[in-house]
Amino acid sequence: MDATFHFSVNGEPHAVTTDEQRPLLDVLREDLQLTGTRYGCGEGQCGACSVLVDGKRVFSCQTAASKMDGKKIITIEGLASGHTLHPVQQAFLDEGAFQCGYCTSGMIVAAAALLKEKPNPTDAQIRDGMNGNLCRCCSYVRIQSAVRRAAAGGR
Amino acid sequence: MQTIPHHDLSRDVSRDLSRRGFVKLLGAGILIAATDAAAFGQARGGRRGGGGGRMGGKPVSIAARVHIARDGTITVLTGKVECGQGARAEITQAAAEELRVSADQIQLIMADTGLVPDDGMTAGSRTSPSTIPSVRQGAAAARLALLALAAQKWNLTPEQLRSEDGTITHPASNRQISYGELAADEDAIKAFAKTPSGDVTVTPVKEWKVLGTPVARPNGRDLVTGQHTYPSDVARPGMLHGKVLRPPAYGATLASIDLAPAKAMKDVIVTQDGSFVAVAAPTAFGAQQALDAIAATAKWDRTAQPFSKQLFDDLRQHARNVPKNSFAAEDPAKSLRAMYTVAYAQHAPLEPRAATAEWEGGKLTVWTGTQNPFGVRSELEKAFGLSPDAVRVIVPDFGGGFGGKHSGEAAVEAARLAKAAGRPVALRWTRSEEFTWAYFRPAGVIEVEASLDGNSKLASWHFININSGPSSIETPYRVAKSHSQYVQSDPPLRHGSYRGLAATANTFARECAMDELATLAGADPLEFRLAHLEDPRMKAVLEAAAKRFDWAGRSKTMEPNVGIGIACGAEKGSYVATCAQVKIEDGAVAVTHLAAAFDCGKVLNPGNLLSQVQGAVTMALGPALREEIRFENGVIRNASFGEYRVPRFEDVPEITVDLIDRPEVPSAGAGETPLIATAPAVANAVFRATGQRVRDMPIKLKHA
Repeated sequence: MDATFHFSVNGEPHAVTTDEQRPLLDVLREDLQLTGTRYGCGEGQCGACSVLVDGKRVFSCQTAASKMDGKKIITIEGLASGHTLHPVQQAFLDEGAFQCGYCTSGMIVAAAALLKEKPNPTDAQIRDGMNGNLCRCCSYVRIQSAVRRAAAGGR
Repeated sequence: MQTIPHHDLSRDVSRDLSRRGFVKLLGAGILIAATDAAAFGQARGGRRGGGGGRMGGKPVSIAARVHIARDGTITVLTGKVECGQGARAEITQAAAEELRVSADQIQLIMADTGLVPDDGMTAGSRTSPSTIPSVRQGAAAARLALLALAAQKWNLTPEQLRSEDGTITHPASNRQISYGELAADEDAIKAFAKTPSGDVTVTPVKEWKVLGTPVARPNGRDLVTGQHTYPSDVARPGMLHGKVLRPPAYGATLASIDLAPAKAMKDVIVTQDGSFVAVAAPTAFGAQQALDAIAATAKWDRTAQPFSKQLFDDLRQHARNVPKNSFAAEDPAKSLRAMYTVAYAQHAPLEPRAATAEWEGGKLTVWTGTQNPFGVRSELEKAFGLSPDAVRVIVPDFGGGFGGKHSGEAAVEAARLAKAAGRPVALRWTRSEEFTWAYFRPAGVIEVEASLDGNSKLASWHFININSGPSSIETPYRVAKSHSQYVQSDPPLRHGSYRGLAATANTFARECAMDELATLAGADPLEFRLAHLEDPRMKAVLEAAAKRFDWAGRSKTMEPNVGIGIACGAEKGSYVATCAQVKIEDGAVAVTHLAAAFDCGKVLNPGNLLSQVQGAVTMALGPALREEIRFENGVIRNASFGEYRVPRFEDVPEITVDLIDRPEVPSAGAGETPLIATAPAVANAVFRATGQRVRDMPIKLKHA
């Protein structure tokens, strides 16, 4: 059933009228044209649809639009400040931590959430914190290096 | 109603494919037609073989390859796609090198059939050995044409001039003119209309400034900011979202359906053409609701379908003319007879098939993710009775292919829906559709019989691959009597290409068998291999991997439940050796270390190559340890990432990679071969850890 929900995305307030069961992923991609958040599995197994909701990583494919009322959502499009990339984005770029790049948005969002919680993660913490995200090209070695680099302030 | 031919994703197509298209693809047909023409692709045939059966790539004019605008902007055009293997960076480098500019001065347009030459499909590791040389020829010819024009203008000879950063200079007189100024000239247009002869002198390796360096992905910033438009992201004005009704099982045919529930929904378009039933709505959610409503009314006629538990028996039973081993063993105690199996696997690229189709004035444009843009164009031509100039296929850099996106199912479906809706339609397959209705990597049974002579040297080798294919089927090891053969069977599922094709299956069986033979010979697995090898490149990768891994040291100090294994192979002109260490924990195999050495001739981009090799050896852990399609009576039982377990962060071992750069050897592709030695290295390590021989992929431990 349609209802109207109010939430902010990347600092912009939005009022979205839609079916309450519709996934946040579809609302972002189809209604707000924020296509950087991607569909990979629809079951919360791949993490390509990751966004930050009130600072925590959620799988937007598994999150109903109705749950978003009053929330602050940050997507991959909202991580950079103007032309300055978020440190995690810069680290992924510097490390070339992607092949096809389709998982990259979700990886970066997951890593940003991880580093917010654990600014100096051990390798085991990086592995556990990123394990919900799949890279089918298996660029895991580079991605792990990128997360380490971001944690070390870009070094 | 007009009946439009469409993809039958059922078993019948698999048979068609397995007998014609696929065999052609695997066989001699995949080899490049090495002409002296400027642009050449793969000689291919068959539907799945791409290019609609046409030769991929004809000689093209300079203008078809390189465009220089008045403002000096250089645009290079190629029919190749980018889906993760780095073609965008490497083709850019090739053009930059020959035009004497930096990589960031080149804008590369890939895989838009309305703009680019047909370079064949992006498959078979052909971008490095065929497209890169074509692009270098075209770019070098462009630069020479511009030099000749400048020389003519100044009444000099080209040898007196230099070209650098998009400008031609005459150092002696300090004159200069930009490529852009020259290219606007009538004479330049005439010169660029010519097709280069194919023997244009290109920059020798020792003078490379751009090729051979780790140039980053040109659109990397768009990837990290989410700005890149993948095929799934393409949006058109007035676009609807489509969903297609799928049968409940392979072989099921639609007996009846009531479309009324969907027709009653607001803004929903419903179309039926025989068994093709699809809906479109303003949102994907709305389309799914409409589809669910009519799917509930569908009646299906089901037929008996195969089960994965009988797969290998079925493949053997249906194998045609399996030859017997004609080499009798001298000493039966020194002979091996073993059967290896390789399960069906799915490519599971992270971006499922997706297409957006738009009709305008009888012309069709489709944006889609495919490794075969011109092949998909020809599928669309056939499906709708259109001429090539009425169809344009645009392939944005897409989310993974791995040999799984040679076909245009989603493109044809989206175009049918868009035609019915009279509006653009986006169709994005779900993960479950991708697991179920995309073609699979073939399953196979490999029968090996081999024997040793009195000196514990390989005496005979009889190697039969049933169903999965002939890639890498010939043994690289010295043996007096040898017979290797691929035998067709009657596969139960629709199968096609996969990264490395059957090289993975054949290398798995051969390298596991070699390990068993080394044990029979009482020899170290590395020494046994080296003693039977002549190819210096194969020896070099084995020795490099073993050295990095400290094979000798680890062999002496093995802890309980820990084992090491080694394997090597060559395919499509490149060589790989991989060492693996495993630990058996709670009855499961954990891979703790992989050391790979790889040689693909001259390295075009070391950063990209390292990434490919690291990724490929890791990706190969999936089919080695867990990836296996299970099916029962024509229904895929593990059509999700929850049930079909691909490698995750927690599975990634310590990985070391040695790249062997050979400036004197032409560059071969590197997107496939690095995969092939992982599974046998792991299997051989499992034997050392447990005493159990592993003859199945994925590896299954028998519990004591």
